[in-house]
Amino acid sequence: MKKIRKTSDTCTSTAQKDYVKSIQRKSMLIRLYQILLLIVFLTSWEISARHGIINDFIFCSPSKLLSTFLTMVRDGSLIHHIEVTLFETIIGFALVIVGSLIVATLFWWNETLSKVMEPYMVMLNALPKSALAPVLIVWLGSNKTTIIVCACSVAIFGSILNIYTGFVNVEADKIKLIKTLKGNRFQCLKLVVIPSNIPNIISIMKVNIGLCLVGVVIGEFLAAREGLGYVIIYGSQTFKMGNVLLSILILCFIAMILYLILEKTEKKLSDYF
Amino acid sequence: MQTPILDFLDVNYNYHTISCETVTLKDISFNLYKNEFISFVGPSGCGKTTLLNLIAGLIEASSGEIKIGGKPVRESTLNIGYMLQKDHLLEWRSIYKNLTLGLEIRKQMDESHLKTVDTLLKTYGLWDFRNVPPRQLSGGMRQRAALIRTLVLSPDILLLDEPFSALDYQTRLNVSDDIGSIIKERKISTILVTHDLSEAISMSDRVIVLSKRPGTIKATIPIKLSIENRTPKTSKNAPEFGMYYNKIWGAVHEKDSENE
Repeated sequence: MKKIRKTSDTCTSTAQKDYVKSIQRKSMLIRLYQILLLIVFLTSWEISARHGIINDFIFCSPSKLLSTFLTMVRDGSLIHHIEVTLFETIIGFALVIVGSLIVATLFWWNETLSKVMEPYMVMLNALPKSALAPVLIVWLGSNKTTIIVCACSVAIFGSILNIYTGFVNVEADKIKLIKTLKGNRFQCLKLVVIPSNIPNIISIMKVNIGLCLVGVVIGEFLAAREGLGYVIIYGSQTFKMGNVLLSILILCFIAMILYLILEKTEKKLSDYF
Repeated sequence: MQTPILDFLDVNYNYHTISCETVTLKDISFNLYKNEFISFVGPSGCGKTTLLNLIAGLIEASSGEIKIGGKPVRESTLNIGYMLQKDHLLEWRSIYKNLTLGLEIRKQMDESHLKTVDTLLKTYGLWDFRNVPPRQLSGGMRQRAALIRTLVLSPDILLLDEPFSALDYQTRLNVSDDIGSIIKERKISTILVTHDLSEAISMSDRVIVLSKRPGTIKATIPIKLSIENRTPKTSKNAPEFGMYYNKIWGAVHEKDSENE
């Protein structure tokens, strides 16, 4: 529900109170509809599965999903697979952010380098990364490194291009200001280019966290014995649809939680930028 | 005779692009003396900002000589302060941190310099706002903060590139009076670039009129107003003000002989 902050005495007037109430009522209704929609979806799915309208062997059912969830929690396998996928995603994400910041800075620093690399970066960004995964397995083996590299390959090229674009689009007069104060190129970068790009970097991070998760799942499909991607591919081969759908559901939650963390960070920083 | 603090001798500046070479400034010669206030007026694109960039050492002249304190720009030890069209206060820094930006860059964050910052903040009414972000300041206060950011470095020459152009008319009058008085009080040699003839007359000791591109000096008009202790605001009441306005207006709009 929306929090309404008091800003002045006019906030205590009846008209203001009515306005606040109407806004709160509206946001409560929206939340209620969202929950209702979920309940309707789950109930119709369960009923359809129980009455044979859909094949519960292929489509599973909410009750089967719940029992799979409880079984996997009890034997500890679910937590383990989540841990593995989360670990690979976070490592991949961190590498993407650090790597793309370093490369974008180098491109900003050296215009010739950026011009030389531009067509290659565009080409690599456009390349379907799932095509790279089998090559990575041959080169690096069937291990965690391959999965992390796979995650990085999905996000890093676009991230570099976007961060670099943000860097070169910094207001020219702000750079001029630093130069008039006798600042050098490094000080332009430290005092203007990076700080003014923080909101841009955060929104790139929001996209990257999802892309890294996609990369990790692609990697786990092909080169893993653990992780949610592995559970999905193994479950689909052995027709354990409960495992497949549960893993997909958990992946959705992970993506949402990681996104929310970044969004909170962005909101906190928006007061300063 | 007084030695000039800034010498321009037959300075030319050409701007290069793939398609052509553009002559921006042509045969510019003038001097700026200590404590003097000069304004440059002229049509848009005549090279006024280029002239300031040359003095600040941001670009190099194609030919001619520029001397600051008797030395070429690169070797000069004098401080040049540059105030841009917009205040360009950095939103992610407090007012105090914005004002100490130059000191931070020059690694001069010592006690005596920081004391100067405090004094300037108190003198020019920004002390209570030192910890707030720039967005909480009015347009006029922001511009004053931008001037203090420049004054903190004790400039020997101050360059003002249409510093009031982003302000509304009322604020512009007040801020130009405010800033003009601060500059006079601190006796800083100043060059102002502006489109506003009234502003140029009311603030300057001399007005130099530039022609349209390539910018050449069309006229140099010394301003002598019969008002004691004049400020930019009171200067407008001087009986000679209208005469100077017409004279400069005439010089700005006089057709350039070469381009006719």
